[in-house]
Amino acid sequence: MIGRKWWVPWLWLSPALLLSGVFLLYPTIDTIRRSFLPRGSDALIGFDLDNYRFIIDNPQPLVADTHSALLNNFMWLTVFTAITVALGLVIAVLAARVRYEAVAKSAIFVPMAISFVAASVIWRFMYEFNPDIGTVNAVLKEVGGAPTRWLQDTGAPQTPFTHAGPDSLPHPLQINNFALVFVGVWMWTGFAMVVLSAGLKGISTEILEAARVDGANEWQIFWRIIIPNLSPTIAVVTTTLVIQALKKFDLVWVMTAGKFKTDVVATLFYKEAFLFNNPEIGAAVAVVLLLWVVPIMVISIRRFQFQEETR
Amino acid sequence: MAPPNPSATSEAAVKARPVGVQIGEAVRKFAGRLPLHVSVIGLAALWSIPTIALLVSSFRDPGLVVTSGWWNAVKDPFSFTLDNYETVLDQNGMARSFLNSLLITIPSTLLTILVAAFAAYAFAWMRFPLRNFLFLVMVGLLVVPLQMTLIPVLKLYVSLNDWFGFLGNDVPLLGGRWFGTNSYAGIWVAHTAYGLPFAVYLLRNFFGGLPRDLFESAYLDGASDFKVFRRIVLPLSMPAIAALAIFQFLWVWNDLLVALIFLGDPDRAPMTLTITNLVSSFGTSYQLLTAAAFVSMALPLVVFFALQRYFVQGILAGSVKG
Repeated sequence: MIGRKWWVPWLWLSPALLLSGVFLLYPTIDTIRRSFLPRGSDALIGFDLDNYRFIIDNPQPLVADTHSALLNNFMWLTVFTAITVALGLVIAVLAARVRYEAVAKSAIFVPMAISFVAASVIWRFMYEFNPDIGTVNAVLKEVGGAPTRWLQDTGAPQTPFTHAGPDSLPHPLQINNFALVFVGVWMWTGFAMVVLSAGLKGISTEILEAARVDGANEWQIFWRIIIPNLSPTIAVVTTTLVIQALKKFDLVWVMTAGKFKTDVVATLFYKEAFLFNNPEIGAAVAVVLLLWVVPIMVISIRRFQFQEETR
Repeated sequence: MAPPNPSATSEAAVKARPVGVQIGEAVRKFAGRLPLHVSVIGLAALWSIPTIALLVSSFRDPGLVVTSGWWNAVKDPFSFTLDNYETVLDQNGMARSFLNSLLITIPSTLLTILVAAFAAYAFAWMRFPLRNFLFLVMVGLLVVPLQMTLIPVLKLYVSLNDWFGFLGNDVPLLGGRWFGTNSYAGIWVAHTAYGLPFAVYLLRNFFGGLPRDLFESAYLDGASDFKVFRRIVLPLSMPAIAALAIFQFLWVWNDLLVALIFLGDPDRAPMTLTITNLVSSFGTSYQLLTAAAFVSMALPLVVFFALQRYFVQGILAGSVKG
């Protein structure tokens, strides 16, 4: 508007600025501050590293296993993200070749609408130990395997379809962690598929036709044309999934409550901050989570600036 | 949308050949595509089975659910019942929790859209100092983990409990405190704030894409900002607003963490919290858990199937929800 008063924009912005200041910006700074305070201190500012030392030294492995939480989160970050992106891509490419694409995609996409809590109930039921009720163990029994306690088993998978071995391997390679990651994959594949599928539709059919006329087989088309053209979309999907993997809370909390060494950083944070009443340690755990996110924050700001310049 | 048809060019050539060869060709083509169909249908089925298992079990006889597999539901004692739903709704408080979920979700969603739309309009069509910087801060806040904010906000809410204490601790009709912990207003504001970075980002990008001419002619005609906002921006942005509404609705409806921290009282608990408590007290009573889970899924599924198009648009528009 011509001749707008200087304060008018601030009036329009004020509710949003106020809320994000009070609920996001101030608390973030306050949590960083708190993470450097000694336990139970009322001091305004401190430079105490004991809370971070707690995370590194892992003095209470039986109640709050910080090492296991960090390793598990790293497993989520890599395994969950890789499988979900790969599956989403494969399904998007395959579904584009059949006439019932929309129906098939809906079926894969439905779990996105469900809460992690409901999904946890669904999968506790699927993973039930009793092979007369638990679907996964029933299938396993059909093909001659022994039922597995999917959510409790801290052993590592040995051979397919055999009962797990002793608790010998490092924590992230536990059967129960893989079982949890698979539930995450079940929920998020639809997201990866939808975004990648939209990107796929953007690749011009002329390029594909030209490649086929030149005698390229489908395998070559996938690796030489589809993957390079989709790489920006794959990057967007990957960042979103990494953020999801880092903050994974509900799923682990409802399925195992972090028992049997399935804790992730977010559940560790909740236990320390709200159940064990150690807000300073909880704050340090949250800061660790923030540190993992910082690279993604930088990437998304850069990407936004780039979009603005090219607009 | 139609898949590319690589055989279109060869069709004329096929027609010239004898019928036997044509059939052979068709069979070979079908056999070649069989692995494709098997994998697509197989994956779709694999992805649907868990949800179908839940749905079937929730309607089965309570005794049967915990003794025989859900896949037996169509044979031996063929009996379905609504008992599980009656039990969870009445005895386990799911009816009240359903109402709580609505009471939490609807105002939170509306408030988010309203606050975000005002800010997005300013970011998109007004000039003011620090505009780009403030918007970049918003983009940065998109990925800040909620966990970073929970301890200070809870401390703030606990002190607000005292400040608002003089109003009493039982809001008429709704129940709970006026503000702070265990209050509906408190969780509305918290959800609004947590949803804002994504909402502002999504709407600002959409508002910014509206044609400049529209604004210029309206301003020349002397229209106020509010008039332009209400008559031009809002009506033209309905697709983006619908996408945002669905997103925020599902996000709040499906949230556990925020409710766990700010609404401890079982009488205010949304369904996610009630189900979590059911899981820890009746971990293997699947007749109850499946029915409870389905009650919580019913509305999102309806929203999802009815408005899938907007839902997908929302996902495509802003793939970095924090």
